[in-house]
Amino acid sequence: MIEIKNVNKWFGDFQVLVDINEVVQRGQKVVICGPSGSGKSTLLRCINGLEPYHKGEIIVDGVSLSDPKTNLYKLREKIGMVFQRFELYPHMTVMRNIALAPMKVRKKSRKEAEKKAMELLERVGIPDKAGAYPANLSGGQQQRVAIARALAMEPACMMFDEPTSALDPEMIQEVLEVMIGLAKEGMTMLVVTHEMGFAREVADEIIFMDAGRIVERGRGEEFFKSPKSQRTKDFLAQILK
Amino acid sequence: MFNAILENLPYLLRGFLTNVQLAVFALGGGLFLGALVGLGRISERPWVYHPVTVYVNFLRNIPLILVIFWFYFVMPILVGRTLDPFVSAAVSFIVFEATYFGEIFRAGFQSISKDLVGAAYSTGLNYRQTAAYILVPIAFRRMLPSLITQSIITFQDTSLAYVIGLQEMVRRTTIVDSMEVRSIQLYSFVALLFFIICFVGSRISRHYEEKSRKAKVL
Amino acid sequence: MLAYNFDWGVLWRQPYGEWLLQGLWLTIQLGCLAWVIALSLGILFGTLRSVQFLPLKIIGTVYIEIFRNVPFLVQLFFWFYAGPMLFGQTLQFKINSISGLNYWVAVVALGLYTASRVGEHVRAGFASIGHGQYDAVLSTGMTPLQMYWHVIIPHALRLVIPPLTTEFLTIFKNSSVAMTIGVAETTFMSYKIDEQTFHGLEATTGAMAIYLVLGMTVVKLMDFIETRFRIPGLVRR
Repeated sequence: MIEIKNVNKWFGDFQVLVDINEVVQRGQKVVICGPSGSGKSTLLRCINGLEPYHKGEIIVDGVSLSDPKTNLYKLREKIGMVFQRFELYPHMTVMRNIALAPMKVRKKSRKEAEKKAMELLERVGIPDKAGAYPANLSGGQQQRVAIARALAMEPACMMFDEPTSALDPEMIQEVLEVMIGLAKEGMTMLVVTHEMGFAREVADEIIFMDAGRIVERGRGEEFFKSPKSQRTKDFLAQILK
Repeated sequence: MFNAILENLPYLLRGFLTNVQLAVFALGGGLFLGALVGLGRISERPWVYHPVTVYVNFLRNIPLILVIFWFYFVMPILVGRTLDPFVSAAVSFIVFEATYFGEIFRAGFQSISKDLVGAAYSTGLNYRQTAAYILVPIAFRRMLPSLITQSIITFQDTSLAYVIGLQEMVRRTTIVDSMEVRSIQLYSFVALLFFIICFVGSRISRHYEEKSRKAKVL
Repeated sequence: MLAYNFDWGVLWRQPYGEWLLQGLWLTIQLGCLAWVIALSLGILFGTLRSVQFLPLKIIGTVYIEIFRNVPFLVQLFFWFYAGPMLFGQTLQFKINSISGLNYWVAVVALGLYTASRVGEHVRAGFASIGHGQYDAVLSTGMTPLQMYWHVIIPHALRLVIPPLTTEFLTIFKNSSVAMTIGVAETTFMSYKIDEQTFHGLEATTGAMAIYLVLGMTVVKLMDFIETRFRIPGLVRR
């Protein structure tokens, strides 16, 4: 579904992505881990066109991002994204946060959009917060709303950029549960995270990135039990302490 | 002692109304154009950014009186006939004040995290929709105190329409003064009117500043 | 479009070109003289506005609020038309017959008005100095007066230099309002050229160019001063 071929990216002189190659099939769950600054978030942002890349090619559902004729907006409808700091629209209610894009992009009627929004809020467990403003919600609740907002556009794939890193420990679990539920329903997922428990349970493939490169990839337990590269071993040792 | 004021009160107050009307046009047009200018100032497209930047930097170096005169001379040429000073003044104000509102909006836009914009884009919203539903409303709420302060300045500036003969309050005060020669009362009166509006306005702005400082909601 | 003969030669034909330059000279004079008044009074009232001692604080607040909330044009007219009357019947006529009265009234009025704006910036500067500084200085045994003179005022001034440079630029722009009482500065001259030649468009465009050059020069000058006095490590933009 997503093909990443030889992608390279620079910020000025600094190379932030080096020869990235990866294929994500429909229904696959890929977890990306690595130290900060390794380019994980940048890679996600390149996939939905929020950031440009300089060499190589990214193809989403058959459409290449390198093609100047590609309509990035339409492409982004297919990929939902959840951010570390939730990024809910502070001046709108939870309901409007979720319903905005379906109404304005898919031209759904307000009734239709709000009905769908309520369904999604049920699914993430907070239907009672529909009329609240983001500032009145806890971090965990905000992030669940963010997931609902991304799901409202019925994407084929969901990307998560460190979704629990900004949360207090008690709230991490409620968000992970929603994500695990999504995974079980068959959603294609690309998750950047340090939550190795989640990775163990859900990931088909785990990628370790460092300094802009994919250092190692593995499947499930194999990755944790016998990492091949020294850097991977060091990183895992830190993370799994 | 206040006879000069009382006898001419309707005449003077209708002049004041002209100031208010001019301010309403200036603010409406200036805020709208200012939002566009602000967007232009953060644009990544050089063919938008550079002309807008030149426009802003140019007008911020020039006195408003001169801009008022310039439009007063230019508009008849463009439109083909002499214009009501009100229209000429309104256009001058909108074009001029938009640069100041534009810079305020720009600061507001720049305070919005890139990821929030990214979140909007990743739900499929295009640039126009993101600007209209996310960028402008949030920036407006955040910059409300500064916008109010600038609006007060704009209101004060409407007095400068005096120079093209607009029948606003200052001009009418000088007319009454030339007849009655009660200068101290008359000029104190017009000063007082402006003072009240501007003082109240600045208190409102202060109130919103306090509110947003405490709430930290946006 | 109305038929209009552009005549850009107006700008350097005698005597019109010279008029504009004479106007520029007056603009510079007005701005600089008024700035002296504005700085001194502004720092004074801004400081008064920020002290804890209530009577002084009230004096500072009243001055700043009054002179800030009334348009400059109205203030100018007040001082020029009503001002002499404040001195009573006999003095009034003597004052009104001073030659160049409008020039001096403009200088003082511009100074008084700009002082209120400077005062606001000074107040903001003081407000952004944390309480800690005050406590620290007082605990070394200085009196409040010493504290303000030696520590707080110099600190606040350096914080406040960027907005002050904007005010300095603004004072030259506001000097144009003096044309309404007949002061022969740049804007007045461009209007006068129009009266004589009916080529106001060219004249005002020329005046715009003059203000632009003046503005850029002032900015360069202020940049230089700013870098010389900047507090290292304090990003105040």
